[in-house]
Amino acid sequence: MSDAAQPMKSAGMIRRWLSRPARAAPAKPVQFDQPLLPWLFLAPQLAVIFVFFYWPSVQAITSSFYIEDPFGFGATFVGLDNYKDALGSAEYQRIAGFTALFTVLVTGFSLGLGLLFAVKADKVIRGRTAYRTALIAVYAIAPPVAGLMGMMLFDQHIGPFVQLAAWFGYDMKVGINYWDTAFAMILVSVWKQVPYNFIFFLSGLQGIPASVREASVIDCRNGFTRFRTAILPLLAPTAFFLLIINITYALFDTFAVIDVMVKDKPANNPLTLVYKVYNDGFRGNDIGGSAAQSVILMVIVLVLTLIQFRWLERRVHYG
Amino acid sequence: MNRIRPFDHLILILGTLFMCVPVLVAVMTSTHSAVDIHMNGLYLTPGDNAVETYQTVLTRQGGFTGQVTGMTMLMNSLILGVGFAVGKIVLSMAAAYALVYFRFRFATFLFWIIFTTLLLPLEVRIMPSYQVMSSLGLLNSYTGLIVPLLASATGTFYFRQFFKSVPDELLEAARIDGAGPWKFLWDVLIPLSKTMMAAIFIIMFVYGWNQYLWPMLMTTEERFFTLMRGIKQILQVWIGSQIPDYNEAFALAVLALLPPVIVVVVFQRWFIKGLTESDK
Repeated sequence: MSDAAQPMKSAGMIRRWLSRPARAAPAKPVQFDQPLLPWLFLAPQLAVIFVFFYWPSVQAITSSFYIEDPFGFGATFVGLDNYKDALGSAEYQRIAGFTALFTVLVTGFSLGLGLLFAVKADKVIRGRTAYRTALIAVYAIAPPVAGLMGMMLFDQHIGPFVQLAAWFGYDMKVGINYWDTAFAMILVSVWKQVPYNFIFFLSGLQGIPASVREASVIDCRNGFTRFRTAILPLLAPTAFFLLIINITYALFDTFAVIDVMVKDKPANNPLTLVYKVYNDGFRGNDIGGSAAQSVILMVIVLVLTLIQFRWLERRVHYG
Repeated sequence: MNRIRPFDHLILILGTLFMCVPVLVAVMTSTHSAVDIHMNGLYLTPGDNAVETYQTVLTRQGGFTGQVTGMTMLMNSLILGVGFAVGKIVLSMAAAYALVYFRFRFATFLFWIIFTTLLLPLEVRIMPSYQVMSSLGLLNSYTGLIVPLLASATGTFYFRQFFKSVPDELLEAARIDGAGPWKFLWDVLIPLSKTMMAAIFIIMFVYGWNQYLWPMLMTTEERFFTLMRGIKQILQVWIGSQIPDYNEAFALAVLALLPPVIVVVVFQRWFIKGLTESDK
């Protein structure tokens, strides 16, 4: 599969690449040899993908080169202007900066906590099922519900976090003060993502053979050094996979947390890039600008996913 | 290795508290009255207002049209969750079956066509997707709510990996016995995939139930609102009210979180297996 990524030089090569399955190693050594039936099986999936994936994606790319009349009367081709406007605006840069900080903090803390709990849950014997259940239950909670619960915990009247801050003499105003809101968003987003990382780290740890663990115990008495030199490298593939997933989570899936927590008043609140795409497109009616921002995000995701795919290939072959 | 480690337990107990106390607070506080919550803050003990609050949330006609109740939203969330999970399983099993078990032209090409969808999440193409839906006249319909979410290859990827791990001898044996593709699918592959289907059903049900942005854009008519949409609504009403209905907001949150949490906790083993083994 990996050689398919090589550049194709001519039409002949493309043709050969297209007819590859006949000669390249198929998924199964024995297969059914019917020309039409597989198309029947694939038809529903292909139809859905073309209508709801390729069509809108192509539209996003084309409309990013146009300025569309907000009342729907035609569009003007403007080349790369939408991109220049987006990347050049101070607001965009500020939001991109916050998105980067937000992504780093959410990814770092949720990976760290997930790993910590997984390592501990892997060690204990008594109560391990109870701990595991308690730690994964939150996985199923939707981001907007997490956001709502966060709003309550940081509420001006009843929120215990606000009361705690007041006790230390700090007047916390989530929804009004920029950094207070950012803190609440990050905490809620981390809380929501810890179970996912916990599940994968725990399953990674349980996949390490007992013989390796025993050997490492003989070689090294210090528990932390043993973890750092023997166990952590074996967890590296899981950690890398999770790193990409967590970055994607922080960039996109936190939309609902942010939307619920800023309560439709983005004015002075911290936002992420995906929120800006939504806000400019649906509220501001700036379709071209919103599309250009979408395409920028697509490129970021594309790069992240390609890195992940490369890693995936390696793991499938050598893992 | 079997020593009791107080420090490990301490960290795990702190972690459990960190994860579970907010949920407990939401459940407990939802059983008190709004005035009590306003005066005393959040609760960690049950109150006596539960029946009243949940009855109000589930049956009161709300919204501008007076058409939407908590019950309606619960039903819509259920339709979205189950419809999405079933649709995903049917579409992706069929596609994966074709890709793994058939020899035909363009198989690799189609493989890439399908798997490219893994690259871009719905959020980045949300605006054009909305335009496509509106030009197809699918706004405010269950089709519009569910079908576009199916346009991603996650399920196909899971099933493809699983089918590849099924022993080749089964197909050889089935063919010697004279089984065609339909018979092999029904009598061999589907029975073998039951655990896998259950695992994917759980993952996809939770995913569908928890959708927020898409239902928010697709449904402007209140009879199609899901619970997630209701949460946005209740927060908007909130602004400017003297004593916000904290109890009702929490009750709505509890209704929205309980079904997926119960499914994940009860079917934990399948769910973890599905999640970790198919993502390789």
